[in-house]
Amino acid sequence: MNRDGLLSFLSSVLVIIIGLLIGFIVLLATNAQQAWPAFQTILTFGMRSMRNIGDVLLHATPIILTGLSVAFAFKTGLFNIGASGQFMFGGFVAIVISIHGVSMPPAVRIPVAIIAAALAGALWAGLPGLLKAYRNVHEVISSIMTNYIAMFFIVYMIQSNESIFNRGLSTSAHLPESSNLPRLFFPDIFRDALGAGFVSSRVNIGIIIAIVVAVLVYIILEKTTFGYELKACGFNPDAAMYAGINQKRNIIFSMMISGSLAGIAGALNFMRGGGVGIGIIEVLPVEGFTGISVAFLGLNHPIGIIFSGIFISYMQLGGGRLSTYGFSSELVETVIAVIIYFCAFVFITKSLIGRFIKKKERGI
Amino acid sequence: MHVIEMRNITKEFPGIIANDDITLQLKRNEIHALLGENGAGKSTLMSVLFGLYKQEKGKIFKDEKEVIISGPGDANRLGIGMVHQHFKLVHNFTVLENIVLGVETTKNGILQMKEAREKVLALSKRYGFDIDIDKEIRHISVGMQQRVEILKMLYRDNEILIFDEPTAVLTPQEIDALMKTMKEMAAEGKSILFITHKLDEIKQVADRCSVLRKGKMIGTVDVTGTSKEELSEMMVGRKVFLTLDKEEAKIGDTILKVRDLVLKSKEGKDKLKNISFDVKAGEILCIAGIEGNGQTDLVYALTGLSSFDSGTVNMDSTDITRAKIRKRTELGIAHIPEDRHKHGLVLDYTLAQNTILQTYYTKDFQSGRFLKKKSILNYARKLIDRFDIRSGEGAETPSRSMSGGNQQKVILAREIDRDPKLLIAVQPTRGLDVGAIEYIHKQLLAQRDSGKAVLLVSLELEEVMNVSDRILVMYEGEIVADVDPKQVTFQELGLYMSGAKRDEVSVYE
Repeated sequence: MNRDGLLSFLSSVLVIIIGLLIGFIVLLATNAQQAWPAFQTILTFGMRSMRNIGDVLLHATPIILTGLSVAFAFKTGLFNIGASGQFMFGGFVAIVISIHGVSMPPAVRIPVAIIAAALAGALWAGLPGLLKAYRNVHEVISSIMTNYIAMFFIVYMIQSNESIFNRGLSTSAHLPESSNLPRLFFPDIFRDALGAGFVSSRVNIGIIIAIVVAVLVYIILEKTTFGYELKACGFNPDAAMYAGINQKRNIIFSMMISGSLAGIAGALNFMRGGGVGIGIIEVLPVEGFTGISVAFLGLNHPIGIIFSGIFISYMQLGGGRLSTYGFSSELVETVIAVIIYFCAFVFITKSLIGRFIKKKERGI
Repeated sequence: MHVIEMRNITKEFPGIIANDDITLQLKRNEIHALLGENGAGKSTLMSVLFGLYKQEKGKIFKDEKEVIISGPGDANRLGIGMVHQHFKLVHNFTVLENIVLGVETTKNGILQMKEAREKVLALSKRYGFDIDIDKEIRHISVGMQQRVEILKMLYRDNEILIFDEPTAVLTPQEIDALMKTMKEMAAEGKSILFITHKLDEIKQVADRCSVLRKGKMIGTVDVTGTSKEELSEMMVGRKVFLTLDKEEAKIGDTILKVRDLVLKSKEGKDKLKNISFDVKAGEILCIAGIEGNGQTDLVYALTGLSSFDSGTVNMDSTDITRAKIRKRTELGIAHIPEDRHKHGLVLDYTLAQNTILQTYYTKDFQSGRFLKKKSILNYARKLIDRFDIRSGEGAETPSRSMSGGNQQKVILAREIDRDPKLLIAVQPTRGLDVGAIEYIHKQLLAQRDSGKAVLLVSLELEEVMNVSDRILVMYEGEIVADVDPKQVTFQELGLYMSGAKRDEVSVYE
């Protein structure tokens, strides 16, 4: 590993440790007796069984993709805070195709649903992109607004169409079993013994798709002329203009690719089966915002994001068990949020560690 | 008796000895110049004196008594003040507020500005500063901002004043005014340390001059008994030719034809007023003028960085009035931009990535949408050899970590190597040392001699007179003179530049 890579890795590890410590302090402050066993659960629950490991990967899938979405836009100097809305749009389109496209065989229907979700996300992110390129409207402002438009529009659409509405659960309707993502051989690996039989994680082909997409993003950014242009626009828009690079086009493309990644995240999230659906509630899906932490913790590097996504999923799964120790669900959310929040400080720690090492070298 | 003596100062940074056993003595009432190339250790030495760095070895004496300076606060208490190269001002504070910041007088926690106001006004009047002390910093010119920095030192009754390259940001007129102020301050009992690499300024104001080279003290000399050539030889360590040897220009066809360019500001003020001129193959045409008289707008119009209201621009026989930047680049316009960090380089890219900024999509560097990494690295290595670019990690050095002179060489190499027909160079030597300036001037001449058209925009009169074959002077968005450098004097150029004199300039077809 080169020096910069090592520095990045060290700083990511350091913010994780700080986040965990502060999370532990919060636990201590609320219920000192249960704090240690609860903290142990956060640290170890994700690997206590094969099924749990499978669940970590299952929940890592959408946030790896939203993390890639945020990171991709970031490389072009754009802050795509609209990943939640794009995620929801992608998920919605995937659900509609999964339910109404039953005439297509699954081998066609599933890829079509994922591709359509990517397109939906791309179009939805293209809107803030267009506004930024041609009207200089800041993408943060416009994508916060498109988030809410997407949320209310989709909630309305589901409620007003019986075919995709599950009135009893107040969510979108369940997908036909044949529309769920293939689980390959995973159920035989990621399973726990239960009584005489087994219970398996729902982890599926999605995690493989996420990893392949991460590698593709890496290739686009680092190896192609398109990536060279995008990064030039992100690092120094004035120099990009001087070089004759078409910035408007690149801003729009960058947002659209970013949006398509969030759209795929939505599709893979809602096509995993097990009763997951879009709820009729006025809350933005957290996957979009968690994507920001995933991207930062992975230092905006596509391969780093695979690991940071898995890590944050691991924390969330373990954190979710805290209620069994008598911690209220709000506190559970707080502790997880503290840990994730600290991940966003990774850039600061990186430069601090860098400075510290330099000082050591200088012998002061 | 020395008011300041720095004795045997050594300061190291990782891998480099910035100051190596340096002894510097400052007499009372003198203007003492500190001369050296970029990276010679001048700023480091002054930062040690001002308490920003701690020396590893050596001692500092004030009035023959040893002092420990561990921060700017200590320096201030000892009466040492510094005007940094980049000013340290609060932009949305007024001039007065900036001056008193840190030494405010208060009564029961309420600011008492009346006394401060009187003192500042008196100081400003004494040095003829002509400054509105109630204006916010962001609304006053760079020259005025520097006066605020000087007033800050005077207000604190500092008696040792350090100026770090104070003229780099000033116009010729402002430089003259600053020189006058420095002399007055010295006459009134202040002692001045003056960092520079401009020989003219040293000859003009300094009493003595200490020369640093690669962290070592080369010597301290009396300015009156030393010629510019001797000073530059001390600085660079070899003979430097201050005047260029150049052959007669072999002027060819018209390459760039500019007619009636007009640009108005939003308020309707003329920024460019009927600009017309030709640039021919084999000549260096220089646009001279004081900063802010429309040169930047003109260059932006010619290179396509921004548009203009009316007029035409032709390259050879192609109309490029509304052409995109890439089209102009492909037609053979090269551009060494005024601000190398803003336009010239992507600092987060490596040296190699910066060498292909306009050519990354050509078949040399791209195959099927993928970058050809090997070819790019080989190309960068070729430029590094040919243009003697110094960098820590070769072609893969992060551009940000390179010195200013070498960054400029990367841009120069990239632009020249594209084999352009027209080279537009805007202040290509700004902030560079004598050795690098000499190199860049030679490259510009080489371009001219190989039949290229060169359009040089410069604020440095010396450069204008030395390098160019023809001079256009811009004043308030207009061309007010078209003169031959062999038949014009510095004084005359100064008159044109300040608007005191003008000719009717027209282009004959």
